[in-house]
Amino acid sequence: MLHGFLPTLIEGTGITLAVAFLSLIIAILLGLVGAAARLSASPVLRGIAAVYTTVIRGVPDLVLMLLIFYGGQLAVNIIAAQMGVEEPIDINPFVAGVATIGFIFGAYLTETFRGALMAIHPGQREAGLAFGMSPFKVFIRITFPQMIRFAIPGFTNNWLVLVKSTALVSVIGLTDMMHRAGMAAGATREPFTFYLAAAAIYLAITTVSLLILRALEKRVNVGIRRLA
Amino acid sequence: MNTEVIIEALPSYFDGVLVTLQLLGVALLLGLILAVPLGIARASANKFLSWSVWSYTYVIRGTPMLVQLFLIYFGLAQFAIVRDSALWPWLSSAWFCAVLAFTLNTAAYTAEIIAGAIRAIPAGEVEAAKSLGLSRWQVLWRIVLPAGLRRALPAYSNEVIMMLHGTSLASTVTLVDLTGAAREMNARFYLPFEAFITAGVFYLALTGILVGLFHLAEKRWLRHLAPRQSRYAVAVAIQT
Repeated sequence: MLHGFLPTLIEGTGITLAVAFLSLIIAILLGLVGAAARLSASPVLRGIAAVYTTVIRGVPDLVLMLLIFYGGQLAVNIIAAQMGVEEPIDINPFVAGVATIGFIFGAYLTETFRGALMAIHPGQREAGLAFGMSPFKVFIRITFPQMIRFAIPGFTNNWLVLVKSTALVSVIGLTDMMHRAGMAAGATREPFTFYLAAAAIYLAITTVSLLILRALEKRVNVGIRRLA
Repeated sequence: MNTEVIIEALPSYFDGVLVTLQLLGVALLLGLILAVPLGIARASANKFLSWSVWSYTYVIRGTPMLVQLFLIYFGLAQFAIVRDSALWPWLSSAWFCAVLAFTLNTAAYTAEIIAGAIRAIPAGEVEAAKSLGLSRWQVLWRIVLPAGLRRALPAYSNEVIMMLHGTSLASTVTLVDLTGAAREMNARFYLPFEAFITAGVFYLALTGILVGLFHLAEKRWLRHLAPRQSRYAVAVAIQT
């Protein structure tokens, strides 16, 4: 099937998924820190977080990716030259891709988490503190579990966009699934076949993601009464 | 930062902005024309209609736009029928393929937005129109569309921003849009920071302008849904 290119496409899918999951972890961490900063009492932190989310969400992913890939390359080599390293260092497109996508979706998740945190009644946190829990304990036991519930719809959206954004790493030369589809297309002169296969694989990933996240949404909403 | 090179390259950035805006404008216009009937069909009670539109939007929204663009630009050339057809001069042009991909993409997202807005119209508005004896088309034309399209504005403004950013993909099929101008500058001078930060500033400015325009539009067309003014303000307004 697919002129023997199926194994390489499947291997590429592994890379695509690895990029997606690793950047998701970075994005979640950045999103939590960002949301905490956006809601903090310090105007400096709030300002930094606001600039982060506004700038990142105002510039295309592709431009940011090219900036971090080529710019990072240049910066690393300048720093390396100052430290006395003679040989040029190549930035790994996998690292650049994961860093960029994580950094971009950290901004989107910041806004998602901020909205979810704001949806929790402040009395709940206060009650926890009044019981003598430390702020960290309040976060782990009270705020965080409820935040998940409010964040899931936005998170689902962010994750689907993130998965689709991973196709861009092929532009900076990572041999992900999309890149391999392009190579196979060139070798067999059947671009439609291979890009269609790539589309089908992406559709499978987004479909499975949707099913899992819907089930999760149902689970965290157990015990919540719904109108109508 | 090498500002001299940036200033020297500014004209090519402005050319790029024009290409970006042209791609965006044409795709949004055609996409909206497609999306209105698709959205109505998606929100209709007819299961077959609704399901067929859903399957279209599901596939488009479930796959990256880059793949869609490559399928059209590189993919269609695989078929001799396409290469020999009268459409080939169009389908071999990067500009046309980009517009086609962007249009099909935004049509799917916008159709879902419009369908959602139509479903959110209070049933009473439609019932009132029916009880006044308006025909189905009149209800659609006078009540459902004006109310639905207005309500779709906030979500549509997000879609427009996403499309603005999506047009950057045009640079992957040889077009020299804003991102393309930055990539050319980087390729020529190897100044990635200057090249891509300049493009980023342009995109930020365009995003800001679009957000502002939608703000004005919402103020105008969604005034009736805005939170009520305080009683005091209303009383003062009535007295004066």
